[in-house]
Amino acid sequence: MTDTFWQASYIFAALCVVFSIKWLSSPVTARRGVFAGELGMLLAVVGTLLRHEIVNYQWIAIAVIIGAAIGAPLAYLMPMTSVPQLTALSHAFGALAAALVGTAEYYKDVAAGDPTTGFKMGAIVIESLLGYLTVTASVMAFGKLQEIVPTRPMTYKGQNIVNLLLFVFATFLGVWMIMMPTPPWVFPTFTGLSLLFGILLIMPIGGGDMPTVIALLNSYAGAACAAMGFALENRLLIIAGALNASSGFILSVIMCKAMNRSFANVLFGAFGQAQTGAAAQASTKPVRSATPEDAASILASARKVIVVPGYGMAVAQAQHKLRELTDILTKKGVDVRFAIHPVAGRMPGHMNVLLAEADIPYDRLFEMEDINPDFGETDVALVIGANDVVNPAARHDKTSPIYGMPILDVDKAQTVMVIKRSMNPGFAGIDNELYYMDRTLMLFGDAKSFVGEIVKELGKV
Amino acid sequence: MTNEIEVSLYVLVLAVPLGLELVRRVSPLLHTPLMSLTNAISAISVVGAILVAGAGNSPALSKVLGTVAVVSSTINIVAGFLITDRMLKMFKKKETGGK
Repeated sequence: MTDTFWQASYIFAALCVVFSIKWLSSPVTARRGVFAGELGMLLAVVGTLLRHEIVNYQWIAIAVIIGAAIGAPLAYLMPMTSVPQLTALSHAFGALAAALVGTAEYYKDVAAGDPTTGFKMGAIVIESLLGYLTVTASVMAFGKLQEIVPTRPMTYKGQNIVNLLLFVFATFLGVWMIMMPTPPWVFPTFTGLSLLFGILLIMPIGGGDMPTVIALLNSYAGAACAAMGFALENRLLIIAGALNASSGFILSVIMCKAMNRSFANVLFGAFGQAQTGAAAQASTKPVRSATPEDAASILASARKVIVVPGYGMAVAQAQHKLRELTDILTKKGVDVRFAIHPVAGRMPGHMNVLLAEADIPYDRLFEMEDINPDFGETDVALVIGANDVVNPAARHDKTSPIYGMPILDVDKAQTVMVIKRSMNPGFAGIDNELYYMDRTLMLFGDAKSFVGEIVKELGKV
Repeated sequence: MTNEIEVSLYVLVLAVPLGLELVRRVSPLLHTPLMSLTNAISAISVVGAILVAGAGNSPALSKVLGTVAVVSSTINIVAGFLITDRMLKMFKKKETGGK
């Protein structure tokens, strides 16, 4: 009887997971999608608790309370700009769970005097390898996004060879464990190698590529779950894990495409190695700067304005001031639109979330392909805290590390205004020739207060 | 190969393309919420964690590891779903009011 119950709840849980992802494909049904996901998770947990092999509830209850007490403040206290970091951190915990279960399964079988080999061991090996490497890789990704760890790619000679040797050694240990019972040092060594491998994997990848990496790590965590499903003969884990693995993978492919880079290039390319030279030589060139009053009068006399928001706008929390600016300009009859680069913010769709937070109307936001042809007939392109996504070097300078990345053609507008704190290069560390054009006005200052001052000026007129 | 494993492999090969298809259709607008939602779903490993932590026949070491796994997967579940919900609430507000 109880068997039927948990089996049924697993089947419904699997169904919920599928619909959860399906419903998230449209803003109208998205929240239903989250609800389905939560319901699925609840069914999975309740179903599991009712299985007859579970005899020990006390510790599980305490563990759940501790987990919720840490997870909830994490989700509510992190600002919206830090969503990528939070996802990375949350990942590290999820992967840790998968890896620990693999380890526990291994020692359970050892203790039972029945050292596993063969298929089940294979599943445990894959689960532990992917689990542990995702833990350290996620923590590294978190560190890079939070800028605790240097965001620049860290490389050394023979890096790929060291990584390869390490991987071969780990694979050798894994195969050994699958083939026959092994001495006690093998599993801990294997664990250590997996942890180390996660760190080495992320080290050469630049901070700008972290979102792609997070999507890929999502895929690894899913694969670890699926492997766990094979080890525990649990099909719910296989379904949810496999869905996760494939969705994370396709998402990271989509993100690579948006930046016009190949997968291999993101993972091994050491993005932005040759930048120091370019940044240093450029900083002496003259730029034109302007005051908020100048900016306000230019904007007031414009007919068409396109705003290009970037991560810097979000960091400065300027989105609410930006909405005020949009409102006041719209009232004056200026056509204000927003151009959203596919990787604006730090993840696809991140900028949409941030602007939605500030109540900027949906229908004013345009994707890159739709708005790019319009820059030619635009009076003012207002760039706020965006850098690499508007760098014309991506179109013509073959030596630039971002060459080939699709960009917003702001340099085609009549006037370009760039709000920026200083002339420091952006997240990818690349200098931007846009700033030195004759038609470009640099507005130096904090994005939030600068936009605020423009709004004040416009209010006076 | 036992029958059990064969069925599990069928499940796997069906679930993988399903995931690809489902996500291909997600609008880029929702990629960030999607990422955090799938992040939350990957915490389904809580099932394995509970099985290891609560089983009567687990040795002490496995129970301890399992309990720690329950803690960390719960963090993943709670943080993942709450942040997704927080993001989507803003989209929702936008559609009804706002304009």
